[in-house]
Amino acid sequence: MSDLLNVSSGPHVRDKLTTGKIMGIVLLALLPATGYGIWHFGVNAAILVVVSVLTCVLTELIYELILKQPITISDLSAAVTGLLLALNMPPTAAWWLPVIGGVFAIIFVKMLFGGLGQNFMNPALAGRCFLVICFTARMTNFNYDGMTSATPLALLRAGSSVNIHDMVTGNIAGTVGETSVVAIVLGACIMLALGIIDLKIPASYIISFFVFMGLFAGHGWDMNYLIAQLAGGGLMLGAFFMATDYATCPITDKGKILYGIALGVMTGIFRCFSSSPEGVSFAIIFCNLLVPLIEKLTLPKCFGKGGEI
Amino acid sequence: MLVEVAMNKAGERLYNGIIKENPTLVLMLGMCPTLAVTTSAINGVGMGLTTTVVLVMSNLLISMLRKVIPDSVRIPAFIVIIASFVTIVQLLLEAYIPSLYSALGIYIPLIVVNCIILGRAEAYASKNSVILSIFDGIGMGLGFTLGLTLIGMVREILGAGQIFGFKFIPESVDTLTIFILAPGAFFVLAVLTAIMNKIKSRAGKVTGPTADCSELCAGCPNKDCMGRSER
Repeated sequence: MSDLLNVSSGPHVRDKLTTGKIMGIVLLALLPATGYGIWHFGVNAAILVVVSVLTCVLTELIYELILKQPITISDLSAAVTGLLLALNMPPTAAWWLPVIGGVFAIIFVKMLFGGLGQNFMNPALAGRCFLVICFTARMTNFNYDGMTSATPLALLRAGSSVNIHDMVTGNIAGTVGETSVVAIVLGACIMLALGIIDLKIPASYIISFFVFMGLFAGHGWDMNYLIAQLAGGGLMLGAFFMATDYATCPITDKGKILYGIALGVMTGIFRCFSSSPEGVSFAIIFCNLLVPLIEKLTLPKCFGKGGEI
Repeated sequence: MLVEVAMNKAGERLYNGIIKENPTLVLMLGMCPTLAVTTSAINGVGMGLTTTVVLVMSNLLISMLRKVIPDSVRIPAFIVIIASFVTIVQLLLEAYIPSLYSALGIYIPLIVVNCIILGRAEAYASKNSVILSIFDGIGMGLGFTLGLTLIGMVREILGAGQIFGFKFIPESVDTLTIFILAPGAFFVLAVLTAIMNKIKSRAGKVTGPTADCSELCAGCPNKDCMGRSER
């Protein structure tokens, strides 16, 4: 029987864009940042990327084989988790760190809650935060050019000056994928052009963070300081690639903007008032937990149930 | 014959407390000390046994007084009895095991509000004979101790690389510090509860209420029978 005559329940209109394709585009969009990180930091960064991606994909495969569930690794979401986790590691980290982080991210954050779409928290960031709490010294040790150097954010907090040009191109210490703003924005443009993400979350995140830092960081509207804060740390990577994760961000338009503002404020609070100079990952996983509340708050009214038209 | 029946009932109480209605891993009672003090196995044992002593003594006294206490003021009466025993135990610990006393800290006086103790007083000791109430207290207390010790052991092994204070990995190897911290308590409790549910669902494939069903359906792994057992 042809598809035309096949009687079935909805949905009847299907898009050609599958989860696998979306995740494939995200992987593609992460390529500039990954490539720059490997070129900038060398072989160990490449090892981290490969180990992390393999760990996440294999963990999902083995979990599903043991529990006799349908195999879902071909939707590439585990690969995206693995790549994001690797981009959040310090470039000199030992190879077993992403293994522990990846297993934790996939099993405890994603699969135990029901797999892709059911995870309440971004698995890659949860994996990173797990590692940061467990191995604080290893995860904040940024070796660069053969010596231990502070990240620009740590320098800023200590009151030193930083080179904005280097921070934008990425010639600084930091995690594997976060250093080059140019490479990250290039990847983000690919996703924006193909409609994978929209600007609501990143824009409201970055703008509210900018305003928060201007008001509360104690440096006033000093553009040098504010641009350094924007370009430093994981803010760009987080805003474009991790805050926009489909499963853990609100679906309503108003909700997305509210979520972005919450992210900006939380990141600002962490960067200004916490003991560590960086707080993007903790801000994002914290706001992931607010998403159900935000969605409840911004749920549009049903047609005919009152409210404005 | 009568003795045999009594022995069976006492054994059933022990089994009920340790496995079937394990307060930590099945009933999810007393979560505050469970999550807070289990940073090491020895703390788990200490907290569990302290609670067991209070539980047995309060079950004993409440069961003895069950016909004297008027129904309308039973809860305040139970609390007074429990609080007295907790104070005694606290003073004894402070005098004879000061290390455990300082490790458990505020959670010793908080045993007063531990819902396992008041729960057993209300659900069992106030309705049953003295001997059975004692066995119920022992069973529940040992179940609590078992749960806390297991959680403490897993957290100590993963988080500090040691067990009962005995370090079995070299000092230079990193441990998963998060398991000593608060989040680790939740991870370990969740995984142990899942394992317990798996074991129980494998052991008892009963589909309806059984003769020895207690009245606590919540926490029973055999929840499907709840609809059919409208008591």
